[in-house]
Amino acid sequence: MAIPKRAQTLPATIGSRRLRRIASQSFVNFSLIFWAAIVILPMIWLVYSSFKTDQEIFFEPWALPATLQWSNFERAWVSAYIGRYFFNSLLVVVPSLVLTLALSSMTAYILARFRFFGNRALFYLFMAGMLFPIFLALVPLFFLAKELQLLNSYLGLSLVYTAYSLPFTIFFLTGFFKTLPSELHEAALIDGANEYQVFFRIMLPLAQPGLVAMAIFNFLGMWNQYILPLVLMSERDKYVLPQGLSFLLHQQYYKNDWSALFAALTIIMLPTLAVYVVFQSQIQKGVTVGALKG
Amino acid sequence: MLNNAKTAWAAFKKKKYHIIIPFTLPSLALFLVFVVFPYGQAMYYSLTKWRGLTPKPTYIGLANFEKLLGDAFFWNALKHNLIYLVGIPLITIVIALYLAFLLTHGKARFRKFYRIAFFFPQVMSLVAIGVLWSFIYHPTIGILSSIATMLGAPQPIAWLGNPDVALGAVGAVVIWQAVGFFVVLFMAGMDSIPESYYEAATIDGAARWDLFWKITLPLLWDTIRTALVFLAIGATNMFAITQTMTQGGPNRSTDVLSTYVYERAFLSGKFGYATAVAVAMFLLAFVLSLLTMLATRRDSLEY
Repeated sequence: MAIPKRAQTLPATIGSRRLRRIASQSFVNFSLIFWAAIVILPMIWLVYSSFKTDQEIFFEPWALPATLQWSNFERAWVSAYIGRYFFNSLLVVVPSLVLTLALSSMTAYILARFRFFGNRALFYLFMAGMLFPIFLALVPLFFLAKELQLLNSYLGLSLVYTAYSLPFTIFFLTGFFKTLPSELHEAALIDGANEYQVFFRIMLPLAQPGLVAMAIFNFLGMWNQYILPLVLMSERDKYVLPQGLSFLLHQQYYKNDWSALFAALTIIMLPTLAVYVVFQSQIQKGVTVGALKG
Repeated sequence: MLNNAKTAWAAFKKKKYHIIIPFTLPSLALFLVFVVFPYGQAMYYSLTKWRGLTPKPTYIGLANFEKLLGDAFFWNALKHNLIYLVGIPLITIVIALYLAFLLTHGKARFRKFYRIAFFFPQVMSLVAIGVLWSFIYHPTIGILSSIATMLGAPQPIAWLGNPDVALGAVGAVVIWQAVGFFVVLFMAGMDSIPESYYEAATIDGAARWDLFWKITLPLLWDTIRTALVFLAIGATNMFAITQTMTQGGPNRSTDVLSTYVYERAFLSGKFGYATAVAVAMFLLAFVLSLLTMLATRRDSLEY
């Protein structure tokens, strides 16, 4: 009785097929929205909660802030040292990244382009570095750094970051340099360029897409690195961002300044989000490159 | 002209070591000092007793490994790694395959938005994610426990404070952050499967799920293998997320090998024994990736 007239006049099969298609399309949309909500809602909750007072955070977890507590951010940045930790992270990551790209591109270029005794052996030696979990090296690394006076040193941590980034970066860039045409190399030499000029003026600019992918891949890995600084940086004013954040969480259980902690996490998350949205396609390529090539 | 080229080539060959040495030596030196040397030392340290107080470790042969076999904390941590190892790759890959297939063939709107949103947790640090989820799981301030209360739970659930649920709660966070990465990875794989295959099958009357089982899955097999190895290696680590959220607690209910190594070495000062645990951890990761590769080996399909 309730069936509309138009549907009644349609042949039954077409009606049900169409219904099924609509149902399955809603199912598709529902699944996608569902997962997007699971990913996004926690972040939205985090951001608006970071404007609340401790009282509000405790007694009304879902409610929006009554008034925006900007002072949470000030406390997070200054008293909770998030500003300091952020700066420390930059101090370690920027030199590591520059050094990793410089050293890896040079070595990868040699391994890809020059025949000499030991080329293969050298390549596999670097590759072997990827076989082992970093946990195996922690204890020796700690004592080595102690011996070399590199504990609690930005330089020391940068050197360690670089050393552990070399294997994959060299592996990836070697593959990349191999795809560049060798005629360019020979032509440039005949034109009187020396080897260094060939590398810096011709090969390096051509390798730019590979370098960008490796810059993104390594930046994320280094910026988010946790275990190495945990072992090698024990002075609190030298903590890098993940270390500082983790410390704050564990300390907050005693101090109970939850609002500043929410604000701290928002301060860390929002710039990442902004950078990610702008460069998302390069970042997705840069990060997945590891899986596709490996 | 030809002569010129020949001399240039000869000069180049003679001079090639002028570039090979300065271009490889710095990276090689750094790599030997900070990577090769510590790994080599680790093999030796695992055979020693060392509290870090004496200048030199004492060689004790395989005693650490014998102790390991009877160490309940070690087996406890290993068990948790194995639970993660079964659960996390499976669930992550199923969800990621499903979402990637819907995004590729579901004719949904806002595809780009979904892709960006799903992938975002991947660029956040695991520590930040761990802190965020510690808030969400918190029995009083967290949103999850108020949802549970709304659904009729008698009292707030301490997700991370209850030894029965903490392991699952930590594992769920890892799945939450990993899915987006594999969605993007699988979408890249699915996009490279020629459209004509699907058209032909659709004309033959295949339903959407037939397309998935008969075309997508077999042609994507290599990518799925890679994903399995990645996730398996990840499940043998789990350090940052566990250390941030629970530090292995409560009552060691979320302890994994990595947190156990860290605790033994840097909190209890048992450096030799901790390194032996790390050797076991390495063997586990190594054997697992090998097994995964062998078990899933199949001739890859050319298309």
